Amino acid sequence: MSVAAETGIIGGIAAKFRTCPATGLKIDIAAQNLIKANAVVAIVFLAVGGLFGLLVALTRWPAVKILDPDLFYLVLTAHGLDVLLVWIIFFEMAVLYFASAIILNCRLATPRIAWLAFILMLVGAVLANVTVLQGESSVMFTSYVPLKAAPNFYLSLIVFAVGALLGCFVFLGTLVIAKDEKTYEGSIPLVTFGALVACIIAIFTLASGAVILIPTWLWSLGYIAHIDTVMYKLVWWAMGHSSQQINMAAQVAIWYAIPAILMGAKPLSEKVSRMAFLMYILFLQLASAHHMLVEPGLSSEWKVFNTSYAIYLAVLGSMIHGFSIPGAMEAAQRANGYTNGVFEWLRRAPWGNPAFAGMFLSLVLFGFLGGISGVVLGTEQINIMLHNTMYVPGHFHATVVAGTSLAFMALTYLVVPLIFQREIIWPRLAKWQPYLFGMGAAGISLFMMGAGTLGVARRHADISFSDATLSFDYPPAAFLMLGLNGMAGILAAIGGGLFVVIIVFSVLFGKKVDASNIVEALGPMPQKRVSDAVHKHGDSGTFHLPGTYILVATFFSAFVLYYFVNWKYLSELWQLG
Amino acid sequence: MAITSPENKLWWTEKVGRAELVWITIAFLWGVFMFAMMVWWHLEGNQNLSNEVYRVVPETFEEKTVAFTEKYTVREEADIPVVKPDPGSDIYMLSRLWEWWPILELKKGQTYRLHLSSMDWQHGFSLQPVNINIQVHPGLEHVVTLTPTQSGEFSVVCNEFCGVGHHTMVGRIHVID
Amino acid sequence: MAKETIESDSTDKSEPIPPMQRLLDNHFLLLFIGVVVPTVLYTLWGVMELSQIPISQ
Repeated sequence: MSVAAETGIIGGIAAKFRTCPATGLKIDIAAQNLIKANAVVAIVFLAVGGLFGLLVALTRWPAVKILDPDLFYLVLTAHGLDVLLVWIIFFEMAVLYFASAIILNCRLATPRIAWLAFILMLVGAVLANVTVLQGESSVMFTSYVPLKAAPNFYLSLIVFAVGALLGCFVFLGTLVIAKDEKTYEGSIPLVTFGALVACIIAIFTLASGAVILIPTWLWSLGYIAHIDTVMYKLVWWAMGHSSQQINMAAQVAIWYAIPAILMGAKPLSEKVSRMAFLMYILFLQLASAHHMLVEPGLSSEWKVFNTSYAIYLAVLGSMIHGFSIPGAMEAAQRANGYTNGVFEWLRRAPWGNPAFAGMFLSLVLFGFLGGISGVVLGTEQINIMLHNTMYVPGHFHATVVAGTSLAFMALTYLVVPLIFQREIIWPRLAKWQPYLFGMGAAGISLFMMGAGTLGVARRHADISFSDATLSFDYPPAAFLMLGLNGMAGILAAIGGGLFVVIIVFSVLFGKKVDASNIVEALGPMPQKRVSDAVHKHGDSGTFHLPGTYILVATFFSAFVLYYFVNWKYLSELWQLG
Repeated sequence: MAITSPENKLWWTEKVGRAELVWITIAFLWGVFMFAMMVWWHLEGNQNLSNEVYRVVPETFEEKTVAFTEKYTVREEADIPVVKPDPGSDIYMLSRLWEWWPILELKKGQTYRLHLSSMDWQHGFSLQPVNINIQVHPGLEHVVTLTPTQSGEFSVVCNEFCGVGHHTMVGRIHVID
Repeated sequence: MAKETIESDSTDKSEPIPPMQRLLDNHFLLLFIGVVVPTVLYTLWGVMELSQIPISQ
């Protein structure tokens, strides 16, 4: 190992660095260890939460149905907590430290507080799991009052949130240090800016969580008599939905980062990409209203304005990223010499590199499945048809599993050689992992959305209503959808399991990475074919990007079509006024 | 690159490509259109959720529902009263662990003011196979104006998790011609 | 934003940094608006409406 550990005394504070063999940049050892710790715990909880998810999918498969209702509701609660909160936020902490200390070539602010944050989050996560498994807290991830969980359920989430909040402050502190110590010039890199957006949304999220969970905890202990049910839901979703908007910003940052690392992709326009991120800062969190569209007590004005992220300005932000990310890739590939036809740049992209494959699948699946379904589901009136049906988990498995989780996995394939300094063990197996997981996740999303369109309720242990006084049967196609969902769940579990095993074994037994093998350790990269590149086009700023135009036109057509199909269905409903 | 600081420190004044500007314009206009669509549907559409809501004590709502049920009961189905209210009137359905009560018999094409509330936890009014879904809260009386446009037997499934009996909670609405 | 936030040591001496770029480079101002905007538009507006629901007859 080329750990040329160097002690730099900057501003009177000692920090240990090593030199990265790939870039020659300094890497703060404290940041490196914190990234490792947060990423490892994230992946452990992904494994646990994923296993719970598999049990949920198998129970919903009518022919298999392995859990009885009590256990189903318990496992579903644990699944939601472990993957929506614990896996995602632990990994985001790793992303925040990476995007600040590593990318800015700077020491991490207050590593001790970062470790305290880590320990609080770990204690919270373990306590939450123990409390749920004890069986008195099967209240679902959302814990809508007046459903009451054991007090430790709320306490564990508060402890976790406080830890995560400290992590956000460490990130902000590191930005201040980098600026003071001039480790960068001008503006922070776009990826770090994206991480900043994630951090800002996280602070709003965690503050909202504290505002609602502390009184609920006191209520569960008997100190507060009453919590208003709609008020609870309003504030809870400022946390619950915004926490998924942290993912949004983090994964977009990763979508910019991976093509930059592998292909040297450059943002088409810093201004446009940063303005798109500004739309996230301002309006993304308003979409918490998506969960309040059929609640009594809130006006249509509030619903329409908030559900539309202020006239869809945050959606505009996403659509801009959806153009500039493939556009940046196309421009870079064309500069690398892949100039033939419309799609050579994409055909000759490093599809055998799991970091690239994961990133690109994540982008496409998020956009087509998660993005479009999210806007449709969040349309005030259309929500009447879809609220609390399986369409909702279908939608957010497209965003959080096929989108965020896959993006995080893709980044992990680069974090292992760069930060853990290990080669990926079994590269040929790793090559297939994103495809397996992506297909599984896409299947889960599509089949659950299908079942939801047929009216199937979410969070439901028995859709055949075998113990109900009054009988009811969903259409037979719904059962087929849930069977297919079970199969897709198995596929995703294999893909997810493979990821966990590959990463754990790579970290433990992978070949050490140093200057001699760092480039190969990052996986296959596009070869430069520079000879004929220079002449065909001018500089990258004036590139013509026909492939990207076709991609976004396809996306837009699918969006418009699906949007109107749903209005058509809505118009056939009983009249409501 | 996206992982390094912008080379041009004055990146704000860089020119934006024409294709990108075209795309931003299309995306912005599409957003305005989708926003206008929701507003327009409030004016011209027939499927909008009513905003008529009152705070109510659960016992009061139960009394009103019982009085309504006693007045209009025509028969029983699985020991649950079936209620046939006057067309165009105020009708009540309460939710509690784990039932929707009473059963309603409505006339197709008539408009009713359906009062919904919960006696205990939150429930989800999910009318099947029509697929109308409305959240029901304890302490809030939501008055939904409803016009059945099909006849037949319809079920009300609970689609908000409400404890261990959640998956047995089914109610009924009949619509006659 | 104070004048001194304009990079005094940067190479661009003549051209001032446009206000929008300065906003996007001001991380704590972004944090402030990112918390205030949703708190006002989503949370406070919502709480206001919920606290004004009339009592049933």
